[in-house]
Amino acid sequence: MKVVEKSQLMSATEIDRTLHRLASEIVERTGGAKDVAFVGIRRRGVPISQRLAAAVAASGGPKIPVGILDITLYRDDLSTVAPQPVVQSSDIPFDVDGRVIILVDDVLYTGRTIRAAMNGLFDLGRPRRIQLCVLIDRGHRELPIEASFVGRNVQTTDTEIIEVRLNEIDHEERVMLVDRVA
Amino acid sequence: MNPGFHDLLGIEPLTAPEIAFLLDQSQPFQEIQRHPLKKLATLRGKTVCLAFFENSTRTRISFTTAASRLGADTMNLQAESSSLKKGESLLDTVRTLDAMKPDCIVMRHASSGAPHFVARHLEIPVINAGDGTHEHPTQALLDALTIRDRRGSLENLRITMIGDILHSRVARSNIHLLGRFGAHFTLCGPPQWVPRELETLAPNVRRVFAIEEALKDADVVMVLRVQTERLHEPALSVEDYILLYQLTPERMKLAPPQAIVMHPGPMIRGLEIDPAVADGPQSCVLEQVTNGLAVRMALLFQVMSIAPPS
Repeated sequence: MKVVEKSQLMSATEIDRTLHRLASEIVERTGGAKDVAFVGIRRRGVPISQRLAAAVAASGGPKIPVGILDITLYRDDLSTVAPQPVVQSSDIPFDVDGRVIILVDDVLYTGRTIRAAMNGLFDLGRPRRIQLCVLIDRGHRELPIEASFVGRNVQTTDTEIIEVRLNEIDHEERVMLVDRVA
Repeated sequence: MNPGFHDLLGIEPLTAPEIAFLLDQSQPFQEIQRHPLKKLATLRGKTVCLAFFENSTRTRISFTTAASRLGADTMNLQAESSSLKKGESLLDTVRTLDAMKPDCIVMRHASSGAPHFVARHLEIPVINAGDGTHEHPTQALLDALTIRDRRGSLENLRITMIGDILHSRVARSNIHLLGRFGAHFTLCGPPQWVPRELETLAPNVRRVFAIEEALKDADVVMVLRVQTERLHEPALSVEDYILLYQLTPERMKLAPPQAIVMHPGPMIRGLEIDPAVADGPQSCVLEQVTNGLAVRMALLFQVMSIAPPS
């Protein structure tokens, strides 16, 4: 399968500005982010959650704990999507019981990743509330799941792919809309 | 990145990166043993057939628990009830089991090579849970995981094994595994249990018949099970074995203080090991058991989540 880049959705500056806006929205709408912890979904939810925590701290907010969640074992599409899956470690260095957990991911699409992440969280305890923060919401949900904090809504078709590139993983910083060509 | 495992019949055919991959994959499953809720739904709807033609308690319970924590169901064949006792051939028995459509078969057999034979006849993955005196690959993997956790690395370790090495599939699999990472082995026990042929298993194997000598410089001391039925052959009495080869606190003082002590179980206190060593700070026998779950979950996940060839 070949892909072609159709357009750039966000530049490095726009990503940065969006994350700062999301950070202040989170503080504002969670009563000062008390009891809040971020859980970044591997892979790109991880650097995004770390940046959000840094942005909250930089603006004088509390130091929000950050965890990492690998959802491989909770997927419902193992044999179709990942014929030879690789499981990675999760690292949630705080008690999830009674906390407000904000799941963080780069793109919200079918909602299945978030369903898997919630199952993973439940195995660790009983959060008081789970919310979701994503950089991009591209629509096409297959489950009744919505994000509480959205960086940008993007209209897409089925064949299009949103590619989020972050310095920490991809050594470049931008969001692209690409399309599959036969 | 994923080498793709269809079966696990032994350690001998594996490369160091393949072994490292399986150990890395076991790590997330170690975390799961610490979760309040340990059951996953990952392999829901899949069935693991446990075919133990030879008696086993811990390995069978470990595989059963591993399967159940992944959400898979198990079907059980046990040695006592085996139709082999009624004269059915191994191939007929496993074909019968296979006809009930399990997704994987975990097999233990008293004959070396039996799982390899079965793997040639079945399409589903076969995991060797111990075959004769040949291999016990998941034991070697869980031992390696335990060593890596305690020592920080598997590279260039000095491994001392004490006991009946000749008949031990645990020893053989461990030599194959740790040998891939440059281990130096000191094999120690009564001469009839430590024959010269064992020196060909890996590049750096030496035989030592005095336990005091064997413990010097050891990073890891592996105590093997002594089967008393093999002891009362005329060569050696139980009393002599204890006197000459039991791992006692006094003898452990000859090893470096950071050396660790391992035992694959079942462990006979007062025979091959003194209780003070078995329960001491250098002992990791219970970590081995917990790591066994992690390794077996990782392995079941690997062989059962690979999509069938289309």
